[in-house]
Amino acid sequence: MSGRRQALVLLAPALVLLVVLVGGAQVLMLVASLGRRSAYGGVLHDWGLQNYVRALEPLYVRVLARSLVLAAATTALCLLAGYPVAYWLARRAPAHLRKALLVLVILPFWTSFLVRMYAWIFLLRTEGLVNLGLAALGLPASNLLYNQSAVLLGQVYGELPFIILPLYASLEKLDPELLDAAADLGASPPEVIRRVVLPLTRPGIVAGAILVFIPSLGAYLAPDLLGGARDVYVGSLIQSQFAVARDIPFGAALSFTLSVLVLLALWALRRPLRAGAAEEG
Amino acid sequence: MGRGAVSLRGVSKSYGEVAAVRDVSFDVAPGEFVTLLGPSGCGKTTLLRLVAGLESPDSGRLLLSGRDVTDDPPHRRPVNTVFQHYALFPHRTVAGNVAFGLEMAGRARPEVAERVERALDMVRLSGLGHRRIDQLSGGQRQRVALARAVVLEPEVLLLDEPMSALDRKLREEMRAEVKSLHRRLGTTFLFVTHDQEEALALSDRVAVLSDGVVEQVGSPAEIYDAPRTRFVADFLAVRNLLAAEVQPGEGGVLRTDGGLVLRSEADGLAPGERVWVGVRPERMRLLDPDAPAAPDENRVSGLLEERLFLGDRSEWRVRAGGDVLTVAEAGRANERRPGDAVTVVFPAAALLRLGGRPPRP
Repeated sequence: MSGRRQALVLLAPALVLLVVLVGGAQVLMLVASLGRRSAYGGVLHDWGLQNYVRALEPLYVRVLARSLVLAAATTALCLLAGYPVAYWLARRAPAHLRKALLVLVILPFWTSFLVRMYAWIFLLRTEGLVNLGLAALGLPASNLLYNQSAVLLGQVYGELPFIILPLYASLEKLDPELLDAAADLGASPPEVIRRVVLPLTRPGIVAGAILVFIPSLGAYLAPDLLGGARDVYVGSLIQSQFAVARDIPFGAALSFTLSVLVLLALWALRRPLRAGAAEEG
Repeated sequence: MGRGAVSLRGVSKSYGEVAAVRDVSFDVAPGEFVTLLGPSGCGKTTLLRLVAGLESPDSGRLLLSGRDVTDDPPHRRPVNTVFQHYALFPHRTVAGNVAFGLEMAGRARPEVAERVERALDMVRLSGLGHRRIDQLSGGQRQRVALARAVVLEPEVLLLDEPMSALDRKLREEMRAEVKSLHRRLGTTFLFVTHDQEEALALSDRVAVLSDGVVEQVGSPAEIYDAPRTRFVADFLAVRNLLAAEVQPGEGGVLRTDGGLVLRSEADGLAPGERVWVGVRPERMRLLDPDAPAAPDENRVSGLLEERLFLGDRSEWRVRAGGDVLTVAEAGRANERRPGDAVTVVFPAAALLRLGGRPPRP
């Protein structure tokens, strides 16, 4: 078999799935978003851009902006928290424990995300474990649940493993002799990180950031359960358009807008994504 | 002490149970080219990393140019290293690699550019500054690594088996280049290798290491002509190592455990003492049986067993009594065949007396 045919055969199952499920779904969404809502929640084929005009009303732009901020903050916090963990796992942890430790990183996936969100509620609510602990220490109880910090916490908690794994992969590949060489050439430890470790693990950073940023943009479980739906995020908004308001065209327009935003973000990051190790000076 | 002097004072380093370097003391003079020679695992690379500051000793002190740097981190030491696998930064160009240290030192841009240019010129890579590292051949990478280290004008240049990844022909070229670089720079070079030829060709002095201990330090000629221990002799291709016992009476007569009776010119041989002796294959000659020998020569009768053709010479395995000798024969003209009876002849002065006591047979 020629290389190209072999590639085609090997890629075919995934390609078919992606084209049908993602591509097809996007087309359906696009078509629906251009229609009008019927009285019974269906789609009237009455084409126009009215749903997009509505999506750009300040009310909804604020929702979109809030979601972008949440996704960006989640990504930033995951990077800050995940990078040292990945670094330690890949370069410092005892070699014989490494596999077991990696399993611990993905251990949360063994339980449904929904269940884990409820666990956080039990921890954070007014009579929750954290407040009980504070009370035992004689400290005043605080309002930990149903605010933006709780949403961010739940989001970071849920996404952290997704960033640790790609970071681990790129840190593990890093040749330790390069770190020695940098130190030997006069780079202080922070400088070694800045001038050698970070540039060489950039593909892992970008991949991990994308894996966290995109799902966070459309997140609705953590905002709903930990935020108490007090602040509306675009994920919850879309979900409610389909399930509650039964305005499929508007929900579709919001979804499509979100997809375009994601594609734009990927396009902006195409360079570091493509470069195995990006060029510097 | 002058700029570029290295002084190790009782330096030890262990990894867990394994002692990599044990109580090593020696001095390197400014501008000297000193090679640490030994088999893999002898501690030579650890010693180099201790000097670079990439490892810290468990005990002992390290002085550079007369200053105690034992507690200084690597980035504050006036030494630079050429790493075994070069350790070039893949995210930087050739010039970017050479500039790295200068940037770390906070040099101004024009100065960096000018010094990088000069360093690349010195290793004959001018014009290749914009190349990516993965576009270079092994020999070119080696030169970038050299330029990157010397551009900082270190007080001591450390080289960790820099040629082991090159093929033989390139290795010989680089050998000449390293030697000429040392002459031009006048910097102290501390060089690590397991290749005795490389060590002898390049160094002012060689330190032979075994098992974390310095076995012998001396000029290449001293190390080659007068190895002091069985290990050094073995490592420097003294192929005929024999356990022997000094016979009663005057005249330094020895009897090997294989039954050969040999005369030695070494001093201080006490009758009854057990000693290691060695003879280089190239100091031995093959003669016909019963051919006359000079009075100051040792004669041994033997049978030819096997011949290894090595191009410029051949090596014969010769069974002589209970010993097997290796005899080198220059050239290729010989009509001898395995199974022939021969006489092996070598000067009494060629019999090296080595340290250490062989066990009783």
